[in-house]
Amino acid sequence: MLQLPLVVTAQVDLVLVLVSLLAFWTRLSRLSYPNAVVFDEVYYGQFVSLYMKRVFFIDDSGPPLGHMILAFGAYLGGFDGNFLWNRIGADYPSSVSVWSLRLLPALCGSLCVPLVYLLTLELNFSHLAALGAALLLLLENSLIVQSRFMLLESVLIFFVLLAFLSYLRFHNAPNSSWSRFSWLLLSGASCAAAVGVKYMGVFSYLLLLGVASLHTWNLIGDHTVSHCVCRFMCLVVVPVLLYVFWFYIHLGLLSHSGPHDQLMSSAFQASLQGGLSRITQGQPLEVAYGSQVTLRSSASQPIPCWLHSHRANYPVRYENGRGSSHQQQVTCYPFKDVNNWWIIKDPGKQKLVVGSPPQPVRHGDVIQLVHGMTSRFLNSHDVAAPMSPHAQEVSGYIDFNVSMAAQNLWRVHISNREAESDVWKTILSEVRLVHVNTSAVLKLSGVSLPDWGFRQLEVVAEKLFKGHSSVLGWTVEEHRYGTSQEQKEREAELHSPTHIDIDRKMSFWAKFLELQWKMLTVKQEDSEHKYSSSPLEWITMETNIAYWLHSSTNAQIHLIGNPVSWGVANLSLLAYQLLAAVYLVRRRRGIKDLPDAVWCRFSCLGCVCVGGWVVNFVPFLLMEKTLFLYHYLPALCYLYVLSPALLEHAHTHLLSSAIQRQALGVCVSAVLLTVFLSYRNFCPLTYGSPELSANQLQGLRWRETWDILYRHR
Amino acid sequence: MAKGESITQWNKSGDTSTLRNRKSFPTSAPNTPVSKGQSCPTGNDAQSSNGTSAQFSSRLSDRHMCTVLLVLVVGLSFSTRLYKITEPPHVCWDETHFGKMGSYYINRTFFFDVHPPLGKMLIGLAGYMTGYDGTFPFMKPGDKYEHHNYWGMRGFCAVLGSLLPIFAYLIVLELSRSETAALIAASLLIFGLAACSRPVEHKAVINVLLTDTGCITISQYILLDPILMFFIMAAVLSMVKFNQQVYRPFSASWWLWLVLTGVNLAGALGVKFVGLFVILLVGLNTVWDLWRLLGDLSLSLVDIAKHFLARVVGLILFPLFFYVTVFAIHFVVLNKSGPGDGFFSSAFQSRLIGNNLHNASMPEYLAYGSTITVKNLRIAGGYLHSHWHLYPEGVGARQQQVTAYLHKDYNNLWLVHRQNSNESQSPTPDLVRHGDIIRLEHKETTRNLHSHLHEAPLTKKHFQVTGYGNNGTGDANDLWQVEVCGGQKGDLVKVLRSKVRFLHRATGCVLYSSGKTLPKWGWEQVEVTCSPYLKETPSSQWNIEDHINPKLPNISLSVLKPHFLEILLESHIVMIRGNSGLKPKDNEMNSKPWHWPINYQGLRFSGVNETEYRVYLLGNPVLWWMNLASLGLYLIMVAVASVALQRGFSLSQKRKEHSHVLMRGGGLLLLGWLLHYAPFYTMGRVLYYHHYFPAMLFSSMLTGITLDILLKSADLLLRPPYSDWLQRAGQLVLLFTVLHSFYLFHPLSYGMTGPLAHEPGSSMAGLKWMDSWEF
Repeated sequence: MLQLPLVVTAQVDLVLVLVSLLAFWTRLSRLSYPNAVVFDEVYYGQFVSLYMKRVFFIDDSGPPLGHMILAFGAYLGGFDGNFLWNRIGADYPSSVSVWSLRLLPALCGSLCVPLVYLLTLELNFSHLAALGAALLLLLENSLIVQSRFMLLESVLIFFVLLAFLSYLRFHNAPNSSWSRFSWLLLSGASCAAAVGVKYMGVFSYLLLLGVASLHTWNLIGDHTVSHCVCRFMCLVVVPVLLYVFWFYIHLGLLSHSGPHDQLMSSAFQASLQGGLSRITQGQPLEVAYGSQVTLRSSASQPIPCWLHSHRANYPVRYENGRGSSHQQQVTCYPFKDVNNWWIIKDPGKQKLVVGSPPQPVRHGDVIQLVHGMTSRFLNSHDVAAPMSPHAQEVSGYIDFNVSMAAQNLWRVHISNREAESDVWKTILSEVRLVHVNTSAVLKLSGVSLPDWGFRQLEVVAEKLFKGHSSVLGWTVEEHRYGTSQEQKEREAELHSPTHIDIDRKMSFWAKFLELQWKMLTVKQEDSEHKYSSSPLEWITMETNIAYWLHSSTNAQIHLIGNPVSWGVANLSLLAYQLLAAVYLVRRRRGIKDLPDAVWCRFSCLGCVCVGGWVVNFVPFLLMEKTLFLYHYLPALCYLYVLSPALLEHAHTHLLSSAIQRQALGVCVSAVLLTVFLSYRNFCPLTYGSPELSANQLQGLRWRETWDILYRHR
Repeated sequence: MAKGESITQWNKSGDTSTLRNRKSFPTSAPNTPVSKGQSCPTGNDAQSSNGTSAQFSSRLSDRHMCTVLLVLVVGLSFSTRLYKITEPPHVCWDETHFGKMGSYYINRTFFFDVHPPLGKMLIGLAGYMTGYDGTFPFMKPGDKYEHHNYWGMRGFCAVLGSLLPIFAYLIVLELSRSETAALIAASLLIFGLAACSRPVEHKAVINVLLTDTGCITISQYILLDPILMFFIMAAVLSMVKFNQQVYRPFSASWWLWLVLTGVNLAGALGVKFVGLFVILLVGLNTVWDLWRLLGDLSLSLVDIAKHFLARVVGLILFPLFFYVTVFAIHFVVLNKSGPGDGFFSSAFQSRLIGNNLHNASMPEYLAYGSTITVKNLRIAGGYLHSHWHLYPEGVGARQQQVTAYLHKDYNNLWLVHRQNSNESQSPTPDLVRHGDIIRLEHKETTRNLHSHLHEAPLTKKHFQVTGYGNNGTGDANDLWQVEVCGGQKGDLVKVLRSKVRFLHRATGCVLYSSGKTLPKWGWEQVEVTCSPYLKETPSSQWNIEDHINPKLPNISLSVLKPHFLEILLESHIVMIRGNSGLKPKDNEMNSKPWHWPINYQGLRFSGVNETEYRVYLLGNPVLWWMNLASLGLYLIMVAVASVALQRGFSLSQKRKEHSHVLMRGGGLLLLGWLLHYAPFYTMGRVLYYHHYFPAMLFSSMLTGITLDILLKSADLLLRPPYSDWLQRAGQLVLLFTVLHSFYLFHPLSYGMTGPLAHEPGSSMAGLKWMDSWEF
């Protein structure tokens, strides 16, 4: 053993090292300038703060991994979450380590450059092509801008490129080695990470799955099944599990109640520390006759609220002349209030206290609901509701002696029951209250009442219940067993806070599913943003985004791409499609221009790069949300891989004479030079320094439609 | 055997030529089904002739039976659709629109609708032929028809609807026969099979359509959908027939089916834009076909060019011509001014008799002191409008709204004033020139057109435009510079003909109509902004439409005759705008695409209360759920078959044919279903349950093919005699299920009275299987 010399042989690709260093230099230098909130940092920052304080939030823009990566950076820098993210351009205090906030996205952004280099190699193109792709990416101003701030696109692009790289590594590796499956595993994990950062990652993931299933399909004929199972595990099962795992961490971290609590169900809220759990701990689980309860509507639209009544009657005539029953108003009120308390009464008995043992209410039972403070019975009748005249009015019954009998019986219908005789449970059961006389269902109509109803939300009973279950469902949120039969005592009881104890657990899966569903369905009103744009404008870069403007000078940062590279990318996209069409038609006619191996390489390039561009661009044409130029960046990266590879293809297979090849070489160098010059040209808008004069800025406005800011002095 | 084949061949003389031309298959007839395959044809024989050995007579009678079956299908189809056609004798659901539009054709009144005109023209024609005089107002659903002749229009739709099952029958027949072309002998055998042992399945398909309550309901009223579905199915049928002609290109029947496909495509698109999906289906099929031809190296490039050109002519140029002709007729017929005028440009309106622009006479040049209306040049851009309402809090400055409005209204009137409000008292007012600075005062509210540095309500990059001031006194932000596009300083502004821009003096922006619809507070009118981007687009250009100035002489203007292609293009853009403008209302229950295949919720056609005659559009749930299940089944079967093929299992001839039918025929139908269903997920407009019906047709046909193959594969489980019994039993059960479910749910289509379904004593008691159904 010892006779053998201890030898380490290392091959270092110096070009790769060099481009990596350049990438780090362009992305990481002076990272903490500007020392102010830049563009969407104001948006992501608030979530980073919430992570630091471990307060629950819900964000519909994407899954939690991206936010967690940003928060991890902040954590490393010792950020305590105490910063008010309220406007773009606000200066960071010295206590905030701006550098560490921005470090991780910048690192990801710089690593994209070597990744692209390696990816081109894995697509079986030469080192020169790889260098070209790396340079195009390196000198792309928009990618630099997007990497240097606390934003998520660079992280997304990093994971997407990593996924493709590792998949191709796996695919190109010799069949025999089992170690190549570690590449496949890495690919699956990166896919999960990409999807976990932004939903947009799904498109690239699907593309990768498509490519992989095509490869696998060819294998089905002659390979053992275990290969297919392995691929399925690594590319489907692992990503799904990992994706859920991101939520597991997310929910594990965020254990305190916070501003978005009210969007979630009562059960979810009860699982968070503080907030609802503080109130609901120690409540009896089973709702019994005599229970005092608050009933929360399951609908989170327009606003979460509780069934409410107060000492005010419906006006005898509404503004439009229709009449009402003039009985006591029943509404839905979005704040905690003593008037939200109701008592569940057995229609057969007079008492309003819980017997011993408590007699639980079950699915299908008929109850009466008594308003705690006014002792009116919840009632409905064939009178048109104030704002939704097609539905029945719901009131607290007052006998005016006008031959309008009380119709105050309600049947309890538990929609999420497990058995037919299930007991009505606090927080867990979602209940519909079906009016016995008319079989109408108590419903939150979502319309605000006018001034006479104090702008509270209208509650109606509607006969033909349509599918929307959430407006029909009600949950018992606060609950206690009533002990006082006398009105006075009861009022005092209702005013006293509910009491303490036991933790109510909700399983992780239930929480995950609820959170995921809410994230996909919660819609925030987004009207058009000043810098939003339509997808077709991205191809020609008709639009830009102003990210930051110095508070006193003309120094500013814009998301503007490198126009030359942008043009190169578009040209190569067009050229590839034309070339592929010509090749395809000629092959179909039996003329083989390319040897099979080259053809295979060429089509693989198309699948990955053109396919990648298509799946990352076309879906935006169908979307109706507010879109920005930065949504185009992932698609653009694919094109930067395509361009040099295509040039190499032209060099080796299309140009035959040496002169033509030399001419191409000259052209390519010239283009690269202009790419560099144009990068230099836009550098001041990319890095925010040096400050330019108004004239210089005017000179940089290459397009009419770009919005470059001038400060009037 | 051989004799039997020849007889069948003789029987089917029409097909022999087709079959004879199929010489590209290397193996010849008699010796094909080898060894294991041998059992297969005999098995088929046993099936086809009800257990006895193959006999000409029985086969002849089976052929005969097929014809009888087809006749039966036709009979049943027509009788189910035409039964109780005049009930209920009042306007149901969308009849209020389409019936009204049919009347407009009879009255030759111009109207605007979001769909192309062919369907309504046919309705109008049917009404006209059957003596309807166009006088019924179709005000709202529930209005009694009384003495008006409405049965013609309903009957026409029902007849087209009756043709659907027949088309479905023929399509499935074609699709499942086509693959049996493996060998002449085998194909004949299996054709016998297709014709004789399949009827049960085919009938199942038919029954799916025949007895589908939804399909009946939707065919029985004056709606566009039966007409649309008729054209879709006819197009698919012609396409399938055309595919069948592949071995005899450029023959008469080849041309016939090609042209018929084209005509039906144009028809489908001419009824509703949903026709685009079937065009896409046919387009993909054609591309696939051409690609196949391109790979056929025995064809010269000239041949391929001929094929290509023939398809361009038959499937693009000819349908286009037909489609344009439909519009030409539409414009010629509708020559009177009506409710749709305001959606169109000034030039368009001048064509309509009775419109104030028809043979208009007004002062030729814009002058100070005139009362004008200003119309945006963007198609369907609307008139500059203001009203007594303020922008709500939080939307720019709280000043009076300025919008663009598509209808003619007195609030569209504006007064032209000088910069300094003292009007010259001279008898002839001064004319406005290019470069002049003016003030526009809203006639009704006396506020000035005003803009300032506040964000516009929707287009945040632009500035807000408001009405400001009182009795014409405002501030410096009320001043606008008039520019005639392409004009020079001092040019006069021609009414109607000049394109004008209004530049805001203070901020330098230009008056702009973004085309976005304001929310409720803006009465869903169109946003007007002041754009800082000075590019000349139709959105920032306006023309002066009405011009009233008693001090000036009126001049007749007959310069506006628009070209036919211009009005064609304009009407299309207006329709597309209208379609995407149909957003769901806040309180209305919106049907979601995922509701449809599971039959989640239907549409109430007529009647709500117990006393009323109720018709409810809902597919027969048994059949719809069966469709859904067979869709899944189809996918599984295809997956199994393709994996088996890919792994190179040696399959019997019969199985190979089955998988071929599944993949080619079924694939085409699946594609059709996807194309008619998936796009709805991306649509932002309001959706209804009946949008699923075209997709449902494809789904039903797919069910027919899937179940047929499934039952035929019964011999995978059991040995021959038992597998045949299983197959028979399966067919009978299917038939019975279909008929029984139709019996159960027929009141939905033919009308119910009496108590609602959840109360005892109703005719639908116990059938309300889902809470979301409202009958």
